[in-house]
Amino acid sequence: MAFITANWNPLGEAFYRKTELYEMCWTLRDGLRDSLVAAAPYGGPIALLREPLRRSPSSRPQLEIYSASGVGIASFPWKSGPVVQLGWTVSDELLCIQEDGSVLIYDLFGSFKRHFSMGQEVVQTQVLEAKVFHSPYGTGVAIVTGSSRFTLATNIDDLKLRRLPEVPGLQGKPSCWVVLTQDRQTKVLLSNGLDLYIVDNTSCTAVVPPGLSPQAGSVVHMSVSFSYKYLALFTDSGHLWTGTSNLFTCLSVCLPVCLCIYQPLYLSLCLTRCRRPKSQQPSVVLMWDRLLLVAGVCNDTIQFPLEDPCVLIGELDGVRIISSTNQELLQEVPLVCQDIFKIASMAPGALLLEAHREYEKLSQKADEYLREIKEQSMLGEAVKQCVEAAGHEYDTNTQKSLMRAASFGKCFLTDFSPDQFVSTCRELRVLNSVRESSVGLPLTHAQLVYRQFYPLAIEICRYLKIPDYQGVSRVLKHWASCKVQQKDLSDEAIARAVCVKVGDSPGVSYSDIAARAYECGRTELAIKLLDFEARSGEQVPLLLKMKRSQLALCKAVESGDTDLVYTVVSYLKNEMNRGDFFMTLRNQPVALSLYRQFCKLQEQETLKDLYNQDDDHQELANYYVTASYKEKRLESRLSLLQSAVDEYNKAKNEFAAKATEDEMRLLRFQRKLDDEKGAGLLGLYWWLKLKSLAEKEEWEELEKFSKSKKSPIGYLAFVEVCMKCNNKYEAKKYVSKVTPEQKVKAHLAVSDLEGAADAAIERRNEAEMGAVLSRCSASDRLVIDRLNRARAGAAKK
Amino acid sequence: MANSARRDSPELPDFSLLKRLARDQLIYLLEQLPGKKDLFIEADLMSPLDRIANVSTLKQHEVDKLYKVEYKPVVSTSDQLCFLIRPRIQTVKWICDVANADKAAGKFRRYKIIFTPQKFYACEAVLEEQGMFGDVTTDEWAFYLLPLDDDIISLELPEFFRDNFLAGDQRWMRTAGSALHLLHSLYGPFSKVYGIGRYSKMAYESWREQVEQGEQRARQAEIGNVFLIDRDVDFVTPLCSQVVYEGLVDDIFRIKCGCVEFSPDVTASDKSVKVMLNSQDKVFNEIRNEHFSNVFGFLSQKARNLQTAYDKRRGMDIKQMKTFVSEELKGLKQEHRLLSLHIGASESIMKKKTKQDFQELLKTEHSLLEGFEIRECISYIEEHISRQVSMIESLRLLCLLSITENGLLPKDFRSLKAQYLQSYGVDHLLTFSNLRQLGLLVEQQPGETLTVMESRVGKLVNDKTAGKLTDAFSSLAKKSNFRALSRKLNLVPKSDEEYDLRVPRDMAYIFSGAYVPLSCKLIEQVLERDGWTGLEEVTRLLNGNEFAVTGSNGAKNDAQRIILVMFLGGCTFSEISALRFLGREKGYKFIVVTTAITNSSRLIESLLDNHV
Repeated sequence: MAFITANWNPLGEAFYRKTELYEMCWTLRDGLRDSLVAAAPYGGPIALLREPLRRSPSSRPQLEIYSASGVGIASFPWKSGPVVQLGWTVSDELLCIQEDGSVLIYDLFGSFKRHFSMGQEVVQTQVLEAKVFHSPYGTGVAIVTGSSRFTLATNIDDLKLRRLPEVPGLQGKPSCWVVLTQDRQTKVLLSNGLDLYIVDNTSCTAVVPPGLSPQAGSVVHMSVSFSYKYLALFTDSGHLWTGTSNLFTCLSVCLPVCLCIYQPLYLSLCLTRCRRPKSQQPSVVLMWDRLLLVAGVCNDTIQFPLEDPCVLIGELDGVRIISSTNQELLQEVPLVCQDIFKIASMAPGALLLEAHREYEKLSQKADEYLREIKEQSMLGEAVKQCVEAAGHEYDTNTQKSLMRAASFGKCFLTDFSPDQFVSTCRELRVLNSVRESSVGLPLTHAQLVYRQFYPLAIEICRYLKIPDYQGVSRVLKHWASCKVQQKDLSDEAIARAVCVKVGDSPGVSYSDIAARAYECGRTELAIKLLDFEARSGEQVPLLLKMKRSQLALCKAVESGDTDLVYTVVSYLKNEMNRGDFFMTLRNQPVALSLYRQFCKLQEQETLKDLYNQDDDHQELANYYVTASYKEKRLESRLSLLQSAVDEYNKAKNEFAAKATEDEMRLLRFQRKLDDEKGAGLLGLYWWLKLKSLAEKEEWEELEKFSKSKKSPIGYLAFVEVCMKCNNKYEAKKYVSKVTPEQKVKAHLAVSDLEGAADAAIERRNEAEMGAVLSRCSASDRLVIDRLNRARAGAAKK
Repeated sequence: MANSARRDSPELPDFSLLKRLARDQLIYLLEQLPGKKDLFIEADLMSPLDRIANVSTLKQHEVDKLYKVEYKPVVSTSDQLCFLIRPRIQTVKWICDVANADKAAGKFRRYKIIFTPQKFYACEAVLEEQGMFGDVTTDEWAFYLLPLDDDIISLELPEFFRDNFLAGDQRWMRTAGSALHLLHSLYGPFSKVYGIGRYSKMAYESWREQVEQGEQRARQAEIGNVFLIDRDVDFVTPLCSQVVYEGLVDDIFRIKCGCVEFSPDVTASDKSVKVMLNSQDKVFNEIRNEHFSNVFGFLSQKARNLQTAYDKRRGMDIKQMKTFVSEELKGLKQEHRLLSLHIGASESIMKKKTKQDFQELLKTEHSLLEGFEIRECISYIEEHISRQVSMIESLRLLCLLSITENGLLPKDFRSLKAQYLQSYGVDHLLTFSNLRQLGLLVEQQPGETLTVMESRVGKLVNDKTAGKLTDAFSSLAKKSNFRALSRKLNLVPKSDEEYDLRVPRDMAYIFSGAYVPLSCKLIEQVLERDGWTGLEEVTRLLNGNEFAVTGSNGAKNDAQRIILVMFLGGCTFSEISALRFLGREKGYKFIVVTTAITNSSRLIESLLDNHV
């Protein structure tokens, strides 16, 4: 206990500690030298491939998978091509990236799952380097090819390859590069000679990190933190630049070890999830052949000698150091632990721990300590500190003593909520049991499940009181997904076993399990399992994928969800030939009427085919009638109606046939009348429209109508009708349009004597002048005089 | 009528919550598109939207200009366009055209479509086909229910009727289920669910499915029982002329989304006035459920009361006057305004409806309901057609004749149809085909062959297949069986007794005592019997599909008497009045949920096919 601070090393204001996690269970003949090593984050498994590039066909390298504690999980000879890089996905699948750009995916137990390629051109140019990265979208792969081009796949489960733009002046591979995920975009930062570039989907931009002088030389190593927030760059002159990963802010530039002009083998950012507000300072871990160095923001460093080649794995809150013999965790000592264990600390938690220690020794000093805390009324705080610190400690004895102290302190508090205490106890028990070297990982149930420790996982879920929905159900689902892959059992047996175990646990989707069965090529089993799926919406997509389209359509119709029906229908439409498609629809009236509705709006012709196929003469006839409405030309209209008549006859609907024939006769008759009387009938129409518009006082419409064509009834009619409806204003509008012969009449109609007189005089028409005169009264002296003069003038001639 | 109300009738739940939920969600969706944007609203969503969020609320959330969707090129200059639409293919196509036109013009804008109440795959398929999937973002505004009044909630989906019942397109079933689900999660759990009709059953199932998938929260139930009914269970009621005030106003002026526009001849001024018609309008609230013959009496009494209230002013001292002005005058003025509007409306209605021909029309309807003097009715309809009184009205009478008579004799059927086509145009041929498909206007089948065959087949095969066969047969010949139903349920009271419309004794008062609406009668019977037992014959005549399911009995005594009635395919104001009457009689409170408010004209119009 007393030596708890023995492995603490100060760095600036903080302390760093290196704790041993495991003595590795493996026995490696040649250590880690010359091997490709990949370890999954969150205490995940480790994959090892010895001498990956040895091309001699006689000796096949061995691919081995171990748990974090070095317990062998799988081992098999590597038969495929040369591997450039190994990596783990977020769901603990092993990615093996080959030189030819193909990526092979294995599960945790070394069985092959699937493969994909990073592009055809890579086969020629070869992968020079590859990186596996994690982003909010899942696990991605980035490669740089022999033609110095980068290709990215942001999410290997939804593969979309993106070839990044060319980097100017880059020959071969860059001296170093990292993948950054920022603003929902994935970019590559690379160093080439003295230049740094950021390459994204569309462009390649040169960047200069603030605060890094050109004299610092070229960047030879870079590393990005677990959360993509910070970036570290190491130059060939030994400068270490730390800043934010968007390259906006520089946190520090230092020359940590002037002596180390050799390039480090590895550079890793070690970030502490620091509880100190504002003081969140990243530190960088550098590894040389025999030296591990932690560099803080100032020139402070901590050095650890190394005996063995090691591998560093960045974690959320530290760095795991794996050597051939043991595994250690290097992290900043959490603040609360510092408070408690710092030598001569007077923090409430430290005092409480001391009090409890004295109490166990039956010393009355316990009371003194306790009083001291209580006087500051910090007992609650003290308990909290102890509980929290216990959570951060790896050693079970330390955990125990902290928890005991907390429990001791709690006795003197009346209204202290025990929730945190209880949940920490539970969590610690679980964490400790999975940290057992036989299980070999320090984390939660999800990762446990992937390792097929089902009963343990279920127990943990129940113990941690994780809601079934998130806990047990997920475990069961995973179990079922594995179960369906067991090739030695019959479909029937597996379906039964799955059904018995899973029952109707909330949140277990039978369709997911079925999908897995289908992936393994067991279609029949998948269909059996789908029968258990209560939600049709989940059944249908998989059935379609399995090409059971008829069944899919049935299920969709049963669901009563028209969207689903429509999905299937549109799928079938593309998959089947017309005839089969229509036949299928025929058996499903709901789907059929849905499709008909769609065709009515989108594809009229298809509608016709549909009715034809069904010999639905009635509907076919109706279709022709509707089509005839749209037809402007009489001949085509008549021919459509004739088709309708024929169909009505076939449908034995004599009434409709007769009615349609009547309509055709009527149309022909109308046409005849039009031809014979022509303008006459048209005129009638103009009169009707004119009158009704005026009666409804739709003056605007009327004006539009008057301009639509040359009026066959002239414009005097407009004037007169407007006046009849007492609208002189509107009437005047049409006066100017009237033919010269009618001008006088029109002016008179709107009682415009002067206008009438002008028109009459202009036309030198005596009769008209007379007509105007007859309308004049005594007050219209001027007009009368003018007219008389004009008459006299005309008479002279 | 207020006197007859039972005193202990329970309080209605507060449905304004639905509005608040809808508004909050809309605001959230608008904020998903930050910055100034122009909002295009589908025409038939304008009024409902207005009830949820007014222009200033929209402006607060950076809506710059508002446009109506008009299927024309847009004139907006904004670089963000937001479309609030129903999930219809035509509208989506139009939006694609807009976006494509912008593309061609090299204009870059952001487009967002908010579908309400939900999106359909077909719409997204159109976006995909037109290559717009990436350019347009889509969202759903789950605005299922619009409370039109304290006891009326509408889905505002008039197309529900045609899509489901005529086209057999069941896309709205899930919407109906979701609407029910929303009510259930806010005001449930329901104790019992009754229903009749194919679509009621489907809506029920869709709702149950959603309940099972979602989380259950225990809460105090505010609604007791639920009754679901398909519109095609009762076509007679919506086809009758309405004579209760609210129904009449709807028939004549058309109430749109709880609001009516009174024309200048009603307002006695030179402009028309929009009036909200709901229980907030005190004058309207008193007359809405009254038979029209009583309305004038009420209004004049009201006018006298108002005058007395005004008269109080005389002889007041200054202080009293001050209180009068500050407390009462405003209310009186408001009441005065409303009163004069309703009097104007009544006068206008009187002008149209007290004419001889309206009385004759009513007489014909009553004869049809009773089944007397059918020949005279047919002659009346013939005359109606020949005089071209109204295209819709003539069709309505034809349908009423066909339903009440269980189909027309082949001779009559042909001659009436021919006369109609000659009078109103041959292009109504397709309309007739629609009406026939719905069973609204059919030719009588020779003999009762179907029923006989049905029962024979029924004996031969097991129940399930027999059920399917019966379905098949009933869809073949949708018989209305109105006469038999009317006898069984006593829908037409004996005509020899005097019916005092001022003191209604049953729901028949809404049709001048001539007919108890079938839909409401069914509801009454089922509630009384707590299920369908004893109504086997009736349900057989209605082609079955009835159900009664007991849920949780979470409702307390009071809420137990709150009944939610959901009409799939629309309901009329007369039916709502009848249910209000029933509620007062039996101590229930009814909440009417409907896909839309309908009446005879809307019903017939939705089935027309005489245009392109």
